[in-house]
Amino acid sequence: MNWTAIRSIYIFEMFRFFRTIAQSFLAPVISTSLYFVVFGAAIGSRIQEVEGVSYGAFIVPGLIMLTVITQSISNASFGIYFPKFIGTFFELLAAPISFLEIVIGYVGAAATKALIIGVIILLTAFFFVDFSIAHPLAMLAFLVLTSISFALFGFILGIWAGNFEQLQIVPLLIVTPLVFLGGSFYSISMLPPVWQTVSMFNPVVYLISGFRWAFFDSADVPIITSLLAILLFTGTCLGIIWWIFRTGWRIRE
Amino acid sequence: MRNIVEISNLKKSYKGGFEALKGVNLNIREGEILALLGPNGAGKTTLISTVCGITTATSGSVTVGGHDIIRDYRAARSMIGLVPQEINLEPFERVINTVRFSRGLFGKSRDDGTIETVLKQLSLWDKKDNQIRELSGGMKRRVLIAKALAHDPRVLFLDEPTAGVDVELRKDMWDVVAGLKAQGVTIILTTHYIEEAEAIADRVGVIAKGALMLVEDKDKLMARMGQKELEVQLTQKLDAVPDALRSDALRLSDDQKALIYTYDTRAERTGITTLLADVAKAGLTLRDVVTRQSSLEEIFVNLVNNDTDAEDAA
Repeated sequence: MNWTAIRSIYIFEMFRFFRTIAQSFLAPVISTSLYFVVFGAAIGSRIQEVEGVSYGAFIVPGLIMLTVITQSISNASFGIYFPKFIGTFFELLAAPISFLEIVIGYVGAAATKALIIGVIILLTAFFFVDFSIAHPLAMLAFLVLTSISFALFGFILGIWAGNFEQLQIVPLLIVTPLVFLGGSFYSISMLPPVWQTVSMFNPVVYLISGFRWAFFDSADVPIITSLLAILLFTGTCLGIIWWIFRTGWRIRE
Repeated sequence: MRNIVEISNLKKSYKGGFEALKGVNLNIREGEILALLGPNGAGKTTLISTVCGITTATSGSVTVGGHDIIRDYRAARSMIGLVPQEINLEPFERVINTVRFSRGLFGKSRDDGTIETVLKQLSLWDKKDNQIRELSGGMKRRVLIAKALAHDPRVLFLDEPTAGVDVELRKDMWDVVAGLKAQGVTIILTTHYIEEAEAIADRVGVIAKGALMLVEDKDKLMARMGQKELEVQLTQKLDAVPDALRSDALRLSDDQKALIYTYDTRAERTGITTLLADVAKAGLTLRDVVTRQSSLEEIFVNLVNNDTDAEDAA
């Protein structure tokens, strides 16, 4: 394993993040604050408690998940697409490194950035609403797993994308709806039975449910199902990436 | 001298059947400067990309320093530096960071001394903290070279290093290349300028249509490439070259209405004055005079045809 190379990629990518620090940190913090102001303070005060938790607190896990998922995907997909777009990708192909090392470097940096933002949002949330975390370690584990798995997904997206439109369209048309309909702002049990069944086909439901369990010790689906769902998703992404390496799809064509 | 790169029967076909490389065999000697000369689309970049690991060959094998580029890719690629044809750099990155990054990618630990030497050698040291977008085109090209040299490669590939570069910078680039050769770095550069090959190469390889047509010492090749033809068109048809004019350099055209004289443009005496005087003396009337220097591609094709003719005759 060429750890020097992995570290170089990781540091280089993190530098990009800190170079655009305002965009990287401020944007998610401001948008999250707006959610809290609108849903927590303004509308939330008129909504009754959900599963024994005030509405303002109830949306905290969903909001963190929403941001972590979108950030992981966009960081990783942009991180690997950008060198392809400006043509510096050749350098990775000509270097004495394996594809696995490239993935660890890029996905590691993308997941780290998403994780940092997730923690910042969590800290921001403490300013707006009153809540405590029932299972802090499980919460952290979920956060890390989610960041990594969606960064892997973003990496695949970035390798696949042939232009900026394709890079944007998958998050816009598929991921964002899935996350919003995955119970970020409501409990699945609040839906009519038909829509509850439909929701079970949305993988994000399991993530948000599991994450919310880590906060409030109550969930829409059993925690073990949530865990299996995220591991399945991670495994699928790893499988696809392994196949990309093997075939050189969109890389060494 | 031992071979540092050995390419044998390398083939590359793209989807759709286009054959970019048709079985290239080439040995590159340690410490030499080899110029690969060929028209656009000849396969120069494909050849380099394949050796460097950017494209995969359809068949054939390549070793660098004795390491197979597929089976032992880490060892092989560690020895190689690549300067691509296009200026591909992250515009907002600082010069020194991008050069450090390249070194790191090759698994070499951070070494500010080496980076400093490389940047100074390329006159980039005072620009080290500039963002790349602030640099001129020539400077950017130097940054590409610095990146390629950051990990102390033994073999350096320069893909058209002077395409679209002004004369002064081209000379600078040649100096850089000469300096690297002095350090023992083997250099392979592609170009479609004959003058460039002439100025710096030890050997010249000619590529056309995916095939390596020949590899020869520069001096020999240049002698053959500097030839030009003078066509003396006549008002009358001739059966043969008149005895008074008979020489090896003169032949009758296929339609028998012109005399074709071949001469070396770089010779002190081309013999044109004498020829024209002799033509007048022989009582022939001129209709027109045309000189012709074959395009690079034609010269290549001629070279190859002549080679096969010579082999057939032998």
